[in-house]
Amino acid sequence: MKIKWNVMAATLVVTSLLAGCGAPKTEGTASSSSQTGSEAAAVSNASGEINVYTAIEDEQIKTYLTSFKEQYPDIKVNIVRDSTGIMTAKLIAEKDNPQADVIWGLAATSLLVMDDRKMLESYAPKGVDRVLPEFKDKANPPKWVGMDIWETAIIVNKAEMEKRNLPIPQSYEDLVKPEYKGLIAMPHPASSGTGYLTVNALHQLYGKDKAWAYMDKLHENIMVYTHSGSKPAKMASSGEAPIGISYGYSGIHEQKKGAPVEVVFPKEGSGWDMEASALVKKKDIKPEAKLFLDWAISDEPMKEYNKNYAILSIKQEGSQIPEGYKQDPVSQLTKLDLYQAARDREGILAEWEQKYGSKAEPKK
Amino acid sequence: MDTWLKRIRPDANQWSQNAIIVSMTIALLFAILLPLSELMIKAVTDQNGNFIGLMHFANYFSTPALVMSLWNSIQVSAVTTMIAVTLGFGFAYALERSAIRGKWFYRSVALLPLFAPSMLHGLALIYLFGNQGLISTGFFGLLPEFRIELYGPIGIVMAEVLYTFPQAFLMLSVALASADYRMYEAAETLGASKWRIFWTVTVPGTRFALFSAIFVCFVLTFTDFGAPKVVGGQYNVLATDLYKQVIGQQNMQMGAAVGVLLLIPAVISFVIDRISQRKQSGWLSAKSTPYRIERNKLRDGLFYVLCSAVSAVIIGIILVAIYGSLVKVWPYNLSLSFAHYEGFLDGQGPFMTSLLIAFATALIGTVATFLFAYLIEKSRGNRLLRQSAYFLSMLPLALPGLVLGLIYVFFFNNPNQPLHGIYGTIWIVILCNIVHFYSVSFLTMTSGLKKLDSEFEAASESMNVPWYRTLLRVTVPLSLPTILEVFLYYFINSMVTVSAIIFLYAPDLKPAAVAIVNKEDSGDIAQAAAMSTLIIVANLLVRTAVMWISGKIQRRTDTLLVRTKE
Repeated sequence: MKIKWNVMAATLVVTSLLAGCGAPKTEGTASSSSQTGSEAAAVSNASGEINVYTAIEDEQIKTYLTSFKEQYPDIKVNIVRDSTGIMTAKLIAEKDNPQADVIWGLAATSLLVMDDRKMLESYAPKGVDRVLPEFKDKANPPKWVGMDIWETAIIVNKAEMEKRNLPIPQSYEDLVKPEYKGLIAMPHPASSGTGYLTVNALHQLYGKDKAWAYMDKLHENIMVYTHSGSKPAKMASSGEAPIGISYGYSGIHEQKKGAPVEVVFPKEGSGWDMEASALVKKKDIKPEAKLFLDWAISDEPMKEYNKNYAILSIKQEGSQIPEGYKQDPVSQLTKLDLYQAARDREGILAEWEQKYGSKAEPKK
Repeated sequence: MDTWLKRIRPDANQWSQNAIIVSMTIALLFAILLPLSELMIKAVTDQNGNFIGLMHFANYFSTPALVMSLWNSIQVSAVTTMIAVTLGFGFAYALERSAIRGKWFYRSVALLPLFAPSMLHGLALIYLFGNQGLISTGFFGLLPEFRIELYGPIGIVMAEVLYTFPQAFLMLSVALASADYRMYEAAETLGASKWRIFWTVTVPGTRFALFSAIFVCFVLTFTDFGAPKVVGGQYNVLATDLYKQVIGQQNMQMGAAVGVLLLIPAVISFVIDRISQRKQSGWLSAKSTPYRIERNKLRDGLFYVLCSAVSAVIIGIILVAIYGSLVKVWPYNLSLSFAHYEGFLDGQGPFMTSLLIAFATALIGTVATFLFAYLIEKSRGNRLLRQSAYFLSMLPLALPGLVLGLIYVFFFNNPNQPLHGIYGTIWIVILCNIVHFYSVSFLTMTSGLKKLDSEFEAASESMNVPWYRTLLRVTVPLSLPTILEVFLYYFINSMVTVSAIIFLYAPDLKPAAVAIVNKEDSGDIAQAAAMSTLIIVANLLVRTAVMWISGKIQRRTDTLLVRTKE
């Protein structure tokens, strides 16, 4: 209990200090953000508390939120984070008594499912015109607005491949070769958005029957299905599972940390989904929730998204393609119909669970 | 006037005591019985609240994957129990019935796993036996490779044995410590061999503790979530199923059905434990003589080997986890750094949250437990009331953490609930922790209070001293060591527990143990190990501090007691 008192005392001191030098501070931030900013993003005194549900990676959330906290120091943002599948299930379960005010950075395929169930409220955030048409809901005002795209990547541990004298797989077809038996980790599509986007890409790429036939073979080579989409990349990085089906950013992150991994975008084209945001339909919609959605597609966070994702929903002038990516990341993507993906989601997941989920016995 | 006051004062005493017992019983009712009934209702109704009988269970038993998990759980728990109880018995026997030296050392090592979250064992096993583990790769090529199929039942059993061993050891060492030596003398006079004496005297003498230990280990494994989560691989067990149903698919009804299944062995264990407690106490009489340890070089030698081996494994596991948390990029860059600890000591971080939760749980829990134990044990309040309060106090023993967390979600996450307000705050976590660890604390407190002479209460009553004054001036100071012990128990368990609060923690107040699960989930093994290390260190520091204080107080009360005797 003692700690709490100290913290409280410290907060009191800090707040009074801030209050004392409030005027110059505001000026400073305003000028710095007007340099970068589209709209005048001065420190606002809007206050309140919002619950934000998200599937954005833990380590990204903090950096993303910095600019929001600078602009709206008095809005308390409660983040509830879990993997895509769990956030989707949680939001649907809370349908009649929604706890979330804002959904931020959840797979568009999940948002489409929710839209189907009338769980989203239309809202056109400030600056929505700048968002490319294929990155937002067709309705006007839109129910959801995209932020960026993430895509299938195969993360391969070079050291382990050398040790085993195996070539680095370059395509989906390579992954089902018998020499990779037991070496592959893949996210579980029911809990992970990355898992579903890959399974969905296989469906739209190969057609239903061929896709299941392919996954039957892939299943033979899988060592473990993980809960989160980034874990296979981390397992590849430590060599625990030398090949991980994951997404681009997570592999590049491991590379930067010094792990001997190569990030391969499959030849046939990467599956993809969009991180998107939406307003939750409920009785009292808080104005702060709308402020948050305005902020979510403003310049500051976009710049941060760009550090992790090559493809953004707003055309960036002179934006750099993050290291580790091919020159034109858009050409890496397969052609996908997200609406179809959303419609198929429940059926595919049920069939997947029945085929591969019940593999309760350990592999011999 | 004065005499009139004197006459009503004892009544006032009784009245205020009864009032407190009643209010605390009601609190327990809300904290245990009502949520539990909610579980039962959920298990037999559909999503709209219509009664559907045993449909969920029928559903469950017609899904092969789920039946498989149940079977897996039973198998893993049975094997774990066999190993843990055997080792626990051997270890306890060595410490209580052999002449080996360094018993205090072995004892403290055996209890070390209690200070660690159960995920730690799994993490350490990955560092040892994973595909890139120290032992699997023969210390990175120095020795021949030694690989086992870690992810699956083998890993789970290994982690669970480490987790349940201290419990088995503790229960059995209490039983082995008390023996009637006359039985052994009689057996020897009759010409029985050592082996025969072991089976006809020692084992029957500890049979109740043995039953209890078997059931406790079985239930702990059956309902544990940490180990299967970390090293279970594709091997599904009931506890991870429950998590998947409730968190993954938000299927509360099916979750309730799984919860009821988890409850069954726990309830059986509870009943057996209650019976054995009652029987065990009649074993010794005033004429009994304490066990005498004879010299036996061979026996002691064997026990040295056993104790040293077990201790080496326990210490090794913890050291490996700490080492793993310090290595930069396992296994490619083995240089050491504190990089994985970065940000863990932040004021808002999970570790600080956990410390806050643990301190609050310990503080509030200890006060409440003491007050309640005192009133039930020492007061002259209504007998029926005291008995039902006692029963309610025992009930949490039968509730595995996962089930407790689940019933709290059902009960408190209901907008029509007047107590809905505490859902999503730190208070529900604290309340859940207090209830989770209440029974053992209550029993400890009761047995501590039993040792005090009830003359204190009688004397003060006859002198018209209000009961709370006697309590504060006499009883509390005399039972301070027990109070501190209970405080420690609450604190340590609140730091390591994950099963109940994984369902309950508020988004901005994530406890450290939950953070370990999340880190492991996203593949950050090293950070998970780092967080586990912090928890162990914090627990050991708090324990050392509390023991030091307790020792000082003990010395003071001892002199006090001696003086009163003179």
